[in-house]
Amino acid sequence: MNRPVITVNGLNLWYGQTQALKNISLDIPEKSITALIGPSGCGKSTFLKTLNRMNDLVPGVRITGSVCYEGQDIFETNVNQLRKEVGMVFQKPNPFPMSIYNNIAYGPRTHGITNRQELDEIVEKALRGAAIWDEVKDRLKKNALGLSGGPQQRLCIARALAVQPKVLLMDEPTSALDPIATSRIEDLVMELKSQYTIVIVTHNMQQAVRISDQTAFFLLGDLVEYAETEKLFSQPGDKRTEEYITGRFG
Amino acid sequence: MKSKTNLFETIVHGIFLVLGLITVGCVLLITIYLIISGIPAIREIGLLDFLFGDTWASTAAQPQYGILPFILTSIYGTAGAILLGVPVGFLTAMYLAKMAPKRAKSVMEQAVSLLAGIPSVVYGLVGMMVLVPGIRSLFHIPDGAGLLAAIVVLAVMILPSIIKMSITALEAVPKEYEDASLALGATPEETYFRVSAPAAKSGIAAAVVLGVGRAIGEAMAVMMVAGNAANMPDSLFQSVRFLTTAVASEMSYSSGLQRQALFSIALVLFLFIMLINAALNFFLKGEKKP
Repeated sequence: MNRPVITVNGLNLWYGQTQALKNISLDIPEKSITALIGPSGCGKSTFLKTLNRMNDLVPGVRITGSVCYEGQDIFETNVNQLRKEVGMVFQKPNPFPMSIYNNIAYGPRTHGITNRQELDEIVEKALRGAAIWDEVKDRLKKNALGLSGGPQQRLCIARALAVQPKVLLMDEPTSALDPIATSRIEDLVMELKSQYTIVIVTHNMQQAVRISDQTAFFLLGDLVEYAETEKLFSQPGDKRTEEYITGRFG
Repeated sequence: MKSKTNLFETIVHGIFLVLGLITVGCVLLITIYLIISGIPAIREIGLLDFLFGDTWASTAAQPQYGILPFILTSIYGTAGAILLGVPVGFLTAMYLAKMAPKRAKSVMEQAVSLLAGIPSVVYGLVGMMVLVPGIRSLFHIPDGAGLLAAIVVLAVMILPSIIKMSITALEAVPKEYEDASLALGATPEETYFRVSAPAAKSGIAAAVVLGVGRAIGEAMAVMMVAGNAANMPDSLFQSVRFLTTAVASEMSYSSGLQRQALFSIALVLFLFIMLINAALNFFLKGEKKP
């Protein structure tokens, strides 16, 4: 395993009275793909959203334990800076209702880049990085909502890349897409791993097997098992993991 | 059995149709009545002299019927009200839709609703008693009643519609957009102004147009604070007369061509309102499309 970028220790999270995460500890290694799997409501998305503090926005949320990004407690650092470094791609493609160019330039502009030429370069680089440049280079001024689902999701990935994050969190990024668009995203994610640390929540166990280096299995708020993907799927160490991956529940 | 149900449904259907036609009939009646009674004076005076004549002297020995002062006053007055009211209304809506704590929001929203329910004569009264003397002493002028007072009163009067429609538009912005912006490291405020507001722009534009409609059609409050002399609106403190107040202030004692000319003014006002409605429909349609 590579050196850890994110270290989680004894993380508990409550939504009001309900405990959604129970004493989670795990390390996320740099420049690799970590898959989070488990049945609906197991806490995997909640865990993902804790890593860039998007859970802060939920009313009544309470968190204990520590999450460190590059050795720093994320609850002590500036949240906007954290989210710049730890980008996110959502389940449903959510481009802004503005032009393709402005979608990508939004993040860099937010962080103070106004020079047109510099922005042009960032936009091109981000779109190339997300393997969508060739499709959209002639219609950068067109509304992003005119794209279909797959390209929209790659645009959202490009938008996340444009602020030069170190980590990309992906919350079931292919669950709203057809198989062909899904496989293009998967290819892209595997390419991105050479430069970014990727944490991906997925419902689709085959997807976890295909793309991830290590897999964490969540159940009812517990982290049941965390191991190299190959090992977790071939010789699961916990009976519950085995039951889940062989399809006996979930 | 079946035909009985059908008969019943036909009757119910008929009743609803008749009720619906009453509304349409009223609109048609008013339109036709305005056109019929508005045209003769325009014919007699001449369209250009009527619309662009800069003197209104309906009771002079040599009467003149130029309504340019009223048209310009209505336009300036409305534009001024929009200039003042829209920023205040939009920012209030932004605060209430996105930032306000729950309690503050519910209290302020009720206040906004109340503001909408205050009769216009009360606005006029308060304007007369507070605003007009205030303007007089603030700017050291002999009389505070005039264009500025009317603009301020109108600006306050259009606030509720602007605020309420803008809130609706801002709250309809999908949360996904805002999440995406926050996840890029933007602050909540940046997110609201750079993502939420642009995403709600057609609804906000509709709110502005609605405000224009309210402002241009308001008569009572304006009559009480605008001074009501048929002057060209060449200064903010000028005593002026709006299209609405031109009709209202002379109707009771008018006769002959003068009365017909008042109908023509009403017709002009009606055309303005139609235009504004068309604009409103345009923006509301734009909102439905992605």
